[in-house]
Amino acid sequence: MDITRRDLFQIGGKLLVLASVGATLEQIMGAEAPSEAYRMADHWWGMIIDIDKCIGCGNCVRGCARENGVPAGYFRTWVERYQVAEGQQPVVDSPDGAMNGFPAPTREGVKAFFVPKLCNQCAESPCVQVCPVGATFVSPDGVVLVDREYCLGCRYCVQACPYGCRYLHPETRTVDKCTLCYHRITQGLTTACCENCPTGARQLVDFKNPRDPAHEFLRKNKVEVLKPYMATRAKVYYKNLDGSVR
Amino acid sequence: MRRLFQNSGHLIRPALVLVAGVGAFLLIRAAVVPKAFGQYGHYRPAALDLVRQHPLAYAGQEQCVMCHEEQANARKAGKHAHVACEACHGPLAAHASAPSIKPKLPDVAGLCRRCHEKDAAKPEWFPQVATAEHSGGMKCTDCHQPHNPHL
Repeated sequence: MDITRRDLFQIGGKLLVLASVGATLEQIMGAEAPSEAYRMADHWWGMIIDIDKCIGCGNCVRGCARENGVPAGYFRTWVERYQVAEGQQPVVDSPDGAMNGFPAPTREGVKAFFVPKLCNQCAESPCVQVCPVGATFVSPDGVVLVDREYCLGCRYCVQACPYGCRYLHPETRTVDKCTLCYHRITQGLTTACCENCPTGARQLVDFKNPRDPAHEFLRKNKVEVLKPYMATRAKVYYKNLDGSVR
Repeated sequence: MRRLFQNSGHLIRPALVLVAGVGAFLLIRAAVVPKAFGQYGHYRPAALDLVRQHPLAYAGQEQCVMCHEEQANARKAGKHAHVACEACHGPLAAHASAPSIKPKLPDVAGLCRRCHEKDAAKPEWFPQVATAEHSGGMKCTDCHQPHNPHL
């Protein structure tokens, strides 16, 4: 049998179309939902922080570092101390992220308080929007996570985060951040920082759980998120947040 | 009419090249894009499992209370009722899953101070002492029981 150039092109074209249809079908059929007791659609995670209860002990920072293996000098959560004298710029410090509390005493006679910080788990997060490869995302249950096997380490997200919550892991060279202890909360435990907080200043919240005490807390208290003007729909709510906090 | 048909090869050939190109693009894309990418959004669903695989360091309060009932009851009766065991004793998931791994007792000197050392930034309702004046060099545990710290 003689095959003309025309025939060859035709056969080649048909094969290509068939193969691509097959590949697309395989992609659609191959997608299966994780079959486990934890249903992502039933949760929407966040946190409430009561500034009046924070004593600056740094238990959350140590707990986070031990639970998540955070490298020394990097922080997924940290505590800042604000010292605000009237009519002056606030003085903010966080020695080693408050890993060992605040050894230096606070000035007397100024307004002073502690502010624990962590990823605000924004529902419309700038860090997710800038990722060029889809390595960081908001999970269906509202946690901003990083796919460390897919991250290029380009650091766009580190720059985009208005709260300074991301860093490049010095060993993996991929971006790392607070996961809201996703491995814990998906098996019914609280986060390492909340577990370790001795005064209950930090509370994990499931906004989709109608029995979560946070609903009452949010109804009865005056709360604010950090940098509300960034319109990131942050889900970490602070009670009695002072205007000097950035 | 016949001339039009004769020249149609000029259209068909680039069209074939285009189809081949699109097909090649789809093939390469199918090979390169990870499985199920885009199921929940612009990311790999497998990343969720990857994050969840992280091992536990802190077992959680309920695990401790299952065995250490005596200490839990003492704690419940006092002011440390809402302080989780591992907040002072450290991460003990390894001990919870294999009790033969014996944890070390925490170093009380630094531990109590970190919370209770007097500081102007701490809220007023929180019990604080200037340790240097308060104890005169004695250990906190000489007077206080850490699980229920009243005298």
